[in-house]
This record gives sequence, structure tokens and C-alpha cells, in this order.
Amino acid sequence: MAEEFDDEFDGPVKRFLFVNRKAPYGTVYALESLEVVLISAAFDQDVSLVFVDDGVFQIVKDQDTDGINMKNFSRTYRALEGYDVEKLYVEKESLDARGLTEDDLLVDVEILDSQGLSDLMDAQDVVITS
Amino acid sequence: MLHTVNKSPFEKSSVTSCLRLAKNGSGILFLEDAVFAALQGTSVSDVVAGRAKDFQFYVLGPDLAARGLSEKPVIDGVEVIDYEGFVDLVEEHDAVHSWL
Amino acid sequence: MDYELDGNSFPADEEGYLTDITVWNKELADLIAKDENIEMNDDHWEVVNFLRDYYEEYQIAPAIRVLTKAVKKSLGEDKGNSKYLYELFPYGPAKQACKIAGLPKPTGCI
Repeated sequence: MAEEFDDEFDGPVKRFLFVNRKAPYGTVYALESLEVVLISAAFDQDVSLVFVDDGVFQIVKDQDTDGINMKNFSRTYRALEGYDVEKLYVEKESLDARGLTEDDLLVDVEILDSQGLSDLMDAQDVVITS
Repeated sequence: MLHTVNKSPFEKSSVTSCLRLAKNGSGILFLEDAVFAALQGTSVSDVVAGRAKDFQFYVLGPDLAARGLSEKPVIDGVEVIDYEGFVDLVEEHDAVHSWL
Repeated sequence: MDYELDGNSFPADEEGYLTDITVWNKELADLIAKDENIEMNDDHWEVVNFLRDYYEEYQIAPAIRVLTKAVKKSLGEDKGNSKYLYELFPYGPAKQACKIAGLPKPTGCI
């Protein structure tokens, strides 16, 4: 239970990078990854997220899932700030290939090119891709 | 024949395989993650737009909306339909080929 | 374990969380609270309503640390601290209050 050692977690803190490569809704990867992100953050880990390939679609704004009868979990990305997960990155090449720009996104992100993303991944203790 | 594709064109080859193998005159419906294939301005737009004269393209509106893409322009010749339209399409065609 | 109210049955999981958040109402909240040995007062309701608003906005139940911080931001320092919230919900504010609010168990509580 996270509740009991909430304010005094003093275990090892690792740098986790979650690499999101799948679009939401068509498969369950995006939602599952987000849940692991929230759990990692609740344990005071140093968490970063990157959105690459179809993963950039996870954070496109104005998602409306009423018509497909699924939970609109895009809103949960906006809760990440409250979990102190503030390092969000998007690969520019992935946005460009999909005709998207930073203005299409629902959270503040840092845009990286492939080289920058490569450096970011190299600097982590744990990289989890889905 | 009505072809339906539900995989992202950026991740799987379902869309390009469907375009290569479907007979001219067929209907092709993009749904779920394949709705990305219906959008203008992407790295696959030209491939799809180039076949608009050969096929009747459709895209499922509720799947566009779920992904926040309702306001994005679709490729000329692609018709946005709802679930009722989907049912009508299935009725109109003698067979449905799902590109899973 | 389901809740029975006015002849209706409301399905819950083995820990007592409602399985369908849309069936929630205030009477049901009172009943769930009673099960947790909590007599609901205005202070309890304030937190429960806060949680429901949070869920509506973000589609998740917050972990305790996140709840505390969010309460502090919106209801002030005297309420946004563990002591105050644990006094209201002795067995864990996030878990107990979420249960009463009809929300799923907070993500990050295993």
C-alpha cells in the first residue's frame, strides 16, 4: 500500500523512461502504460515519458470517446503534473509524419529530434517501451 | 466487395496491402487505428489520395472523434460515415473482407 | 460483496468498491460509509465531493499524496494535510474516501 509510507519513501530512486509507441483505443497498450506510470510516480520515482511513432496520438487534444463507448483516458495525462511527472517529450519526426504540431497536443511537452531522443533514452536507468 | 482496415498505416502494412490487392471499384472503410490513413498531411496521405479514383473510401466518424481528429481535414474523396452508415455499407456489398 | 439499498442491489468488488461508478448516489455513499464505520458529516462530504470532481476531470482516483496536494491547493492548508484527512478517514483517506465516493481504488495503491 502506497498510503502508509507515503511521505517517507526512502528507497532507491531510479530514472524511469516510458516510451509510448501505440495509438490509444485500438489496442490496450497506451492505457496500461499510463497505469504503470501512475504507480511508478506514486512510489516517488524519477519518471519521464516520451511519445514516439503512433504514441503521439495518445496526447492529441479534443478526444471524444462517447461514440465508441470507451473511457476517455486522455484526460488522465493532464493529472500527471499532480503526480510530479513533468518531463514529457515528443519526437518531432513522429509528429511531422502524422501531420500534427505541438498545438494539437493537450499537455505541455518538449519537442525533441531523433538525436535528442536517443540521448534521452541513453541517460535512463530503466526504459519501458509499449 | 467492402474492405475494412483497422490497423494504423504507420505501424502495419494492412492499409498498403489492401490498396495493392483490392479490385478497383471496391469500397474501403478505415476504422479504429486505420482512421489515420484518411487524414491529409501525413506521410501516407499521398499513397491513399493517389488511389481515390480507384476505390470508394470511407472513414468511421466515431473513431476519428475518439482520437481527437474530427476537425482534421480528410483526403478528398473520403466519405465520413457513422455506425448506421457502416451497417448500410455492409448491406450494400455482397461480401466484407476484414484486413486484420 | 454487494450493497443492498431500498431493495436494490449494487455490485461491488471483494474490497467493497462499486464496480459501476454511474450507480452512485448519496444514500449509497452513506451506506458504504457506515460499512467503514464512518458517520458522514460536512467535512467528509467535502472530501468525497472533491474526489468525485477530481475523477470527473482526470478519469482516475488520485493516490494519497496527490489527493493531499490537490486538496491543499483547492481547500487550503488546514485541510490539505495527511493529519486532517486521516482524522476523517482513519483507514486511509484515498482508499476509504474513494470507496465512499463510488470511485475505483486509487492507482498506485496495491
